[in-house]
Amino acid sequence: MSKKSFRQAINEALRQEMRRDPRVILMGEDVAGGRGGTGVKDAWGGVLGVTKGLQTEFGEDRVLDTPISEASYIGAAAGAAATGLRPVAELMFVDFVGCCLDQIMNQAAKFRYMFGGKARTPLVIRAMYGAGFNAAAQHSQALYPLFTHIPGLKVVVPSSPYEAKGLLIEAIRDDDPVIFLENKVMYDDEEDVPDEPYTIPFGEANLTREGDDVTIVAFGRMVNFANQAADRLEKDGISCTVIDPRTTSPLDTGTILDCVADTGRLVIVDESSPRCNLATDVAALVAEEAFDALKAPIRRVVPPHTPVPFSTVLENLYMPSVEKIEAAVRSVAAYHVKEEA
Amino acid sequence: MSSNITPITMPKFGLAMTEGKLASWSLPVGTEVSAGDELADIETSKITNGYESPAAGILRRQVIPEGETIPVGTLIGILADADVSDVEIDSFIKNFNDNFSSGETKDKASEETPRRIVEVDDLRISIQESGNGNEGTAVLLIHGFGGDVSNWMLTQSALSSSHHVIAFDLPGHGESTKQVGDGSPEGFAKTVESLIKILDLPNVHVIGHSLGGAIALELAKSSPELVKTLTLIAPAGLGQDINMNFINGFIEADRRKTLEPVLQYLVHDKNLISRQMVEGIIRYKRLDGVINGLKTIASASFPEGKQAVSLRSTLEKFDKPSQILWGEQDEILSAKDADGLPSTIAVTRYPDAGHMPQLEQAAAVNAIISSFIA
Repeated sequence: MSKKSFRQAINEALRQEMRRDPRVILMGEDVAGGRGGTGVKDAWGGVLGVTKGLQTEFGEDRVLDTPISEASYIGAAAGAAATGLRPVAELMFVDFVGCCLDQIMNQAAKFRYMFGGKARTPLVIRAMYGAGFNAAAQHSQALYPLFTHIPGLKVVVPSSPYEAKGLLIEAIRDDDPVIFLENKVMYDDEEDVPDEPYTIPFGEANLTREGDDVTIVAFGRMVNFANQAADRLEKDGISCTVIDPRTTSPLDTGTILDCVADTGRLVIVDESSPRCNLATDVAALVAEEAFDALKAPIRRVVPPHTPVPFSTVLENLYMPSVEKIEAAVRSVAAYHVKEEA
Repeated sequence: MSSNITPITMPKFGLAMTEGKLASWSLPVGTEVSAGDELADIETSKITNGYESPAAGILRRQVIPEGETIPVGTLIGILADADVSDVEIDSFIKNFNDNFSSGETKDKASEETPRRIVEVDDLRISIQESGNGNEGTAVLLIHGFGGDVSNWMLTQSALSSSHHVIAFDLPGHGESTKQVGDGSPEGFAKTVESLIKILDLPNVHVIGHSLGGAIALELAKSSPELVKTLTLIAPAGLGQDINMNFINGFIEADRRKTLEPVLQYLVHDKNLISRQMVEGIIRYKRLDGVINGLKTIASASFPEGKQAVSLRSTLEKFDKPSQILWGEQDEILSAKDADGLPSTIAVTRYPDAGHMPQLEQAAAVNAIISSFIA
């Protein structure tokens, strides 16, 4: 056990699975760096250095720098998965999915169904998501709702280094296509992570706080925000349960409903665009299945429906924050159903 | 003046503890307390435990309010006689805190847990050493099924003041290799024997808990020369019955909700099983190879729901000092298993403890072990 960053946890998961299983390969733009040239190889290791050192250990046959053509290499990865390899393809910024959505949505996600259950597609697509990096509208989106919407895909949004390692190993060992989304602001976050390989099952939410008054459901980086808000609120006597669903597909609806049944109050924190996102999905679930348990309206802490702004000031304003979560929790905690006149 | 003032500080439960939460004060300010009275409930990342007063006096101040998390050694309260003035207490608190904050960074480095890996017969065994290596015979702590060195968190530090103490994770457990061989107590005893030799110890005081007790007995059978004394805490190997709801539940439960009631079999005071303890065991069980290892151990040691090996005669024949400690409320192995043994073997039973008296009655267990190995 030692302190590892989110970046190191992912690198270690890839390395350990590549050692364990020769069918695991990596593909993506500059995942090593230097292919086709005469200079230094593997100096780059991905745009934020997550895959650094893997080509040096596993060679150019297993760590492939691809051309800047998402359609070609995501398609190739889907085909390689269907024919016996276990590729981990890196899309760099998830915003680039526009260039290869057919390969994901109509091909990889549908093979199992179109071929009568006879095809397996053990494909992992890793990508960075999220605002907070001043990367502007085309490099800052949180597109997990887009993938969650597509049946046949599993979608993972890890919230910490420990979670990232165990969920990525689970993703690589899974026989279905998995979209694994890493918040680009979290790569330097550190915590204790076991040195050995381990797996965290999909569809099993984690409760990072347990309380009696308000349930907070948060995704990815927002889990940390929700924890901070919960710790502040605790001092004022408002105790919160914080749910990290870990995967948006499958979604652990049972845990969410159980916790809402206990607290009767729900705040959902989702940094993706507010229309048809996970917050609306969870709100619909609870309104339908746990209406009688609710003691207050459901509150969503989400950004406005606009492209992510480039300006730091505007980006900060756009993002959910600890303060916004705290305010939402206070409002539902203070809410009382009005007596009929 | 201040000789009548006793500072109460955040205790250190186990070597890995760096901070604790003052969950609640057990007594109001102004209460007259005796040494051993419970002052507060302290919550750590591993366990919630009552903190017993180290001295007698009147609880004059609660310096830290309930709910705060603070570093080990922080002043949390003041015991003093009635004739000590408030002014004296105020100046004592100020002095203490001024000195404490200046020493804090230095303490942190020296309190790193002394863990290291020892290669034993192709296995990587994680050991945790403490105490003085040159003083007398070393103490070896062997945990039970599903446990790890943290089972000794209240034992190891207490014994370290007088002895070199070695706790380790059995194969398949904690931070050691997850291969368990045939999973039998006899197989584990061979690993323990090799560990003792690699550590270059002529012999050791062996303390074994639960399945670790059966392993200690196997060691006493195969290599009696390595065992100076034998302390068995709720040991396996003396009877037939075992609570298979615990064994099977421990292997199968994969969520906090299902695992927590299983872990509650371990203790009489169910509040001891903290959220963090359950989470720690779930994380352990997710490591590659752990579940298979535990299944192998369970089927080797408890096939058909009964204990496979009887080591009663081994204990009866063993000619070195031996003692047994057992919680009467044990829900996993019955304290009755210690009935009918020769009178040379001292049996101590704790009315208010379950399967882990070393946690639930730590002070009493530490005292009896200390005098036994003195």
